[in-house]
Amino acid sequence: MVAILEQAFREQRGRVLAALIGFLGDFDLAEEATQEAFAIAAERWPRDGAPSNPGTWLVTTARNRAIDRIRRDRTLAAKTRLLEVPEAVEDPMDEETTFPDERLELVFTCCHPALDIDAQVALTLRTLGGLTTPEIARAFLVGEPTMAQRLVRAKRKIKAAGIPFRVPPDHLLPDRLAAVLAVVYLIFNAGYSVPPTRNELAGEAVRLGRALAELMPDEPEVHGLLAMMLLHDARRAARLRDGDLVLLADQDRSLWDTAQIATGRKVLDLAFALRGRGPYVVQAAIASLHLDEPRDLPQIAALYGELARLTDSPVVELSRGVAVAEAEGPQAGLDILDGLALDDYHYLHSTRGELLRRLGRNAEAADAYRRALALVHDDAERRLLARRLDEVDAATGPGR
Amino acid sequence: MKYMLLIHQGTTPLPGSDEWEALPDDEKGAVYAAYKAVNETPGLTPGEQMQPPETATTVRVQDGKTLTTDGPFVEIKEALGGYCFLEADDLDAAIELAARIPAASMGGAIEVRPLGSW
Repeated sequence: MVAILEQAFREQRGRVLAALIGFLGDFDLAEEATQEAFAIAAERWPRDGAPSNPGTWLVTTARNRAIDRIRRDRTLAAKTRLLEVPEAVEDPMDEETTFPDERLELVFTCCHPALDIDAQVALTLRTLGGLTTPEIARAFLVGEPTMAQRLVRAKRKIKAAGIPFRVPPDHLLPDRLAAVLAVVYLIFNAGYSVPPTRNELAGEAVRLGRALAELMPDEPEVHGLLAMMLLHDARRAARLRDGDLVLLADQDRSLWDTAQIATGRKVLDLAFALRGRGPYVVQAAIASLHLDEPRDLPQIAALYGELARLTDSPVVELSRGVAVAEAEGPQAGLDILDGLALDDYHYLHSTRGELLRRLGRNAEAADAYRRALALVHDDAERRLLARRLDEVDAATGPGR
Repeated sequence: MKYMLLIHQGTTPLPGSDEWEALPDDEKGAVYAAYKAVNETPGLTPGEQMQPPETATTVRVQDGKTLTTDGPFVEIKEALGGYCFLEADDLDAAIELAARIPAASMGGAIEVRPLGSW
């Protein structure tokens, strides 16, 4: 029963919350009601058995709790959309019917350009990703109180400024897309980098990507993002061995999801056919090339160069450095890494450590690994770095 | 939803200035026509004409004493140049209308502020 509850929480929380926000027009009230519904489920399901449709049960229960709360608190009712709603209580949702998936509406609301971009990302991760405030704070290298304040402000603004809960009409849709794609990509990465607890986030991002691709079939970047996520995610099972990170070159290819790779490449072809050459399409092309054996490293390095020009991002330059190191040797990679303004980014230091190690400069490699260890949060990555550090420390000898 | 649209002229050329006079007649005509169309939009209540910010007087009270300074509270170029009220479905509709106000594309900016009730 605990498993069913946990599964329901993982799979349904985003949809339940989206339905409640759509219904109530109030993020805080919806979050509270959703939380209450799960608490009631934890109490009743073990006793009475799980309902046949947990999602609908949760939405109905959360809705009723929210309405109860509003009836108790008339001053609150005066300020919410719920004034018109009370008759909905008399029409309890049939447990057998499904409720509409309003997560896309929620995404466009959370990613509204009238919100600060950091708030858009945080809010989407909080509502659809189900990340906690501390997790989001850590992902964005800010303090918890700052992140909590950011979320409170964003929710307050949505309500006070009348940011609509809807998929934007056609003439607004293209402008709203870039932020949504960036946010979906971030959710994907959040699910990808911390595998034991947030695996479902990658799947969530892929589902959102699919929905966006349906909604905007002519937009190559949507397909590019979806293709990239599918191709990365296809290697998920091979990325960890006994809880430790396995680098691409060492992965067991039999664990790769070949069907998903085929799907990803088909989506990428579609993006190309739409003449896509934006950042997500290029990243998908890179991901696809990484799956070939042997890898076309000069071509990968060239595409990273194209991506760096499109995005002006030092993180992309770092990736280009890695590809160039593979194609032309560690020193050529190091030359690119030197001078990148990424001092607080643990991948810069772990990559430098790796390249220095290959050059036999073990003492410098150890220093770089120590810098990386001081910055990394993920346990699997920490263990990988600690192993590397042990190796180079051993190679340096006790004299150091 | 009720909004107040605060029009900040920024570097927008204003009638009476040399920059405005330097504009071709058809551009001036287009600006007037755009303001007219904005003011005739359903749901919009035009504001009254505001004299230039240079004519403003800013009032403070310190220790019970009324202090006045010449000019607006903020810098001249940041000062409010006009306003209107809008009744709209949501922020998207308000943003679309704000984008049609000429100042928004001529060097100024429009602040869209939702209104509440006490």
